[in-house]
Amino acid sequence: MVPSTLGAALLIARKDLAIEFRTRTAFFSAAVFALLAIVIFFFAWDPTAVAGMDLAPGVLWVIFTFAGLLGLNRSFSLELADRAIDGLLGAPVRREAIYLGKALANVVFVGAVEAISIPAVALFYNTPFGGRWLAIAGVALLATIGLVAVGTLFSAMAVNTRLSELLLPMLSLPFFVPIVMPAAQATARLLSGRPVVEAANWLKILLAFDLVFVAACMMAFPFTVEE
Amino acid sequence: MTGAVERVSVASAGEPEVEARGLTRTFGGRRAVDGVDLSLAAGDCLALFGPNGAGKTTLLRMLAGLLKPSAGTARIGGVTLPGGEEVRAVVGLISHASMLYGALTARENVEFAARLHGVRDARRAALGMLERMRVLDRADTPVRSLSRGLQQRVSIARAMVHSPRVVLLDEPFSGLDAAGAAALTNALVELRTHGATLVLVTHNLGEGLEMASHAAVMQAGRFVRFERCDELDAAAYAATYRELVTRGS
Amino acid sequence: MTTQFTSDVRAPAVASPQRTRSGISWWFIVAVIAVAATYIRAIYFTPLEAIQGPAQKIYYVHPTSAWVAFLAFGIVALASIGYLWLKDLKLDRVAESAAEVGVVFTSVTLVTGSLWGKPIWGTWWTWDARLTLTLFLWFIYVGYLVLRGAIEDREMRARYSAVLGILGALLIPFIHLSVYLFRTLHPMPIIGKPSKPSLPNDMLETFLMAFFSFTVLYVALLRARYRLATDRAALEAEEGR
Repeated sequence: MVPSTLGAALLIARKDLAIEFRTRTAFFSAAVFALLAIVIFFFAWDPTAVAGMDLAPGVLWVIFTFAGLLGLNRSFSLELADRAIDGLLGAPVRREAIYLGKALANVVFVGAVEAISIPAVALFYNTPFGGRWLAIAGVALLATIGLVAVGTLFSAMAVNTRLSELLLPMLSLPFFVPIVMPAAQATARLLSGRPVVEAANWLKILLAFDLVFVAACMMAFPFTVEE
Repeated sequence: MTGAVERVSVASAGEPEVEARGLTRTFGGRRAVDGVDLSLAAGDCLALFGPNGAGKTTLLRMLAGLLKPSAGTARIGGVTLPGGEEVRAVVGLISHASMLYGALTARENVEFAARLHGVRDARRAALGMLERMRVLDRADTPVRSLSRGLQQRVSIARAMVHSPRVVLLDEPFSGLDAAGAAALTNALVELRTHGATLVLVTHNLGEGLEMASHAAVMQAGRFVRFERCDELDAAAYAATYRELVTRGS
Repeated sequence: MTTQFTSDVRAPAVASPQRTRSGISWWFIVAVIAVAATYIRAIYFTPLEAIQGPAQKIYYVHPTSAWVAFLAFGIVALASIGYLWLKDLKLDRVAESAAEVGVVFTSVTLVTGSLWGKPIWGTWWTWDARLTLTLFLWFIYVGYLVLRGAIEDREMRARYSAVLGILGALLIPFIHLSVYLFRTLHPMPIIGKPSKPSLPNDMLETFLMAFFSFTVLYVALLRARYRLATDRAALEAEEGR
């Protein structure tokens, strides 16, 4: 039975994660980068002027975007070596399944980097997360979906161009701003113990962004792989 | 979604399995494939010769559903290209690039392709295919550690694991040693006896003519010759071909 | 016996663009006259604004450039949708031309915003909502043009640019919303702009003239750039590329 779109997407996601797990280079690079950046940011600010806790949300989200970009880069470059992408395109599955599968794998990748960064920030910036773990994880999930939706599409495009490593951040970062800002604001609210409803407005923007861009990028993806 | 892949011809009786009319593909202003006509019944094998840059690879990629034709039509099993998933389910492409994931093992690569094509019992099918290509003993080796020739065998296994009705092969014998070539030939012969149609691009006239039912020469995007193999004389053909290639390219 | 196959279905000739006629375009003449007339009027025949003085004159350049910058991106977005739908390379050339001219007007908007800001607010940059949105528009334009520069293959370049053009257009409202929410949380210096409805008639007329003349100027430049794109494509076709 030829797999359904979702089934094929899961197959592709599993394949991507198996490859990443096998080689681990991209994940280690991203994780180490994140930790280094967390430390450097701390020293770049005057800790007597700005409390670690005030710095934390901003630092967290800047790191997620840049570490995420590292991971997004590899998403399609692994398909270009030996033209493995032709194997995917020659399979009887819809193009959207390829996009979805890669995006799912990227969500796991970026999520894993976040899972390392958040405790690191809590530790280095003396930021108690209190009982807010779940809410912050929710914000992180919504934002990650948005980052990955756009980043996966641009990764598919950038990999076919001459300046792929420059183009991916250049194209993606303007799109990341309506994600990073609400996410950082919501995280800041949650960290400073304010009621969850105050973060709600920001979450609405994130949700709207996710809905619009997941749909738009999924529809645009076939145009990036057709010839 | 289509049902399980079965060994049944998808074309209705009498209809050619692979057909093209005026098939054309342009890149920028250049016509890589310029009005190709062809018609093959189930079980036929077309040996496609021609100098480099003649458009053979482009033609194969169009038939595989990877490239959209700029003009003209092509039909695989009665479905007009690009026919989407239906057509891709029954076509297998072997190209210059291995289409393999270097970090995964041979078995994982072939099994992934099998699952994507909906092959029942994908793992067993993958192992079976690897065995037919005489590379089963390296099934658990990451593909990037294999030699080019062994990679080629795994790549062939990947392309054929879903028992495609139409197999498109772009110089598959290059890089294969005698054992690999024998394994490939056996696999192709077996496919043909089950009614598969082959298009084989090769520079090796001898090998090509031996296996094929039809022969064509492509040059500058067009078929300059197309005939049945039992109607031609191998030696004369070889001489004409050499002349065509050295003169024209 | 050789079976020769000849194709009885001839492929249609690939329509290559023809070179355009050279010569001065009427649009340019009208545009130059209109812009010159506007600025002569703005400088000599429109009264000085009481509070801001001569610096206010930039009002006739800054919002008008902004309007053109956004109009241009609207054209890019529409041409992008058109291209993906119809696959006509002409539409890609329209998008390319609109973007190149649009980025110039966007830059002018940003620079004039800065120049205006210095004497009025005392700083070169302020995170004014509209200025920030224009800054993002600038980034999207630059990304669009860099993307185009990084792809050789014509059809891929057109396809990819079209995708970016459409996504960029979708992004604009989100940026606007984010910046607005950000600013309501972080109050910033209130910008005193002369509100449009209460512009005295003289200024209003000059203002409208400026809008009109800039739009005409944009169209003239767009047409010229489009002609260049068409000529370039015709040249490539002739060279068999």
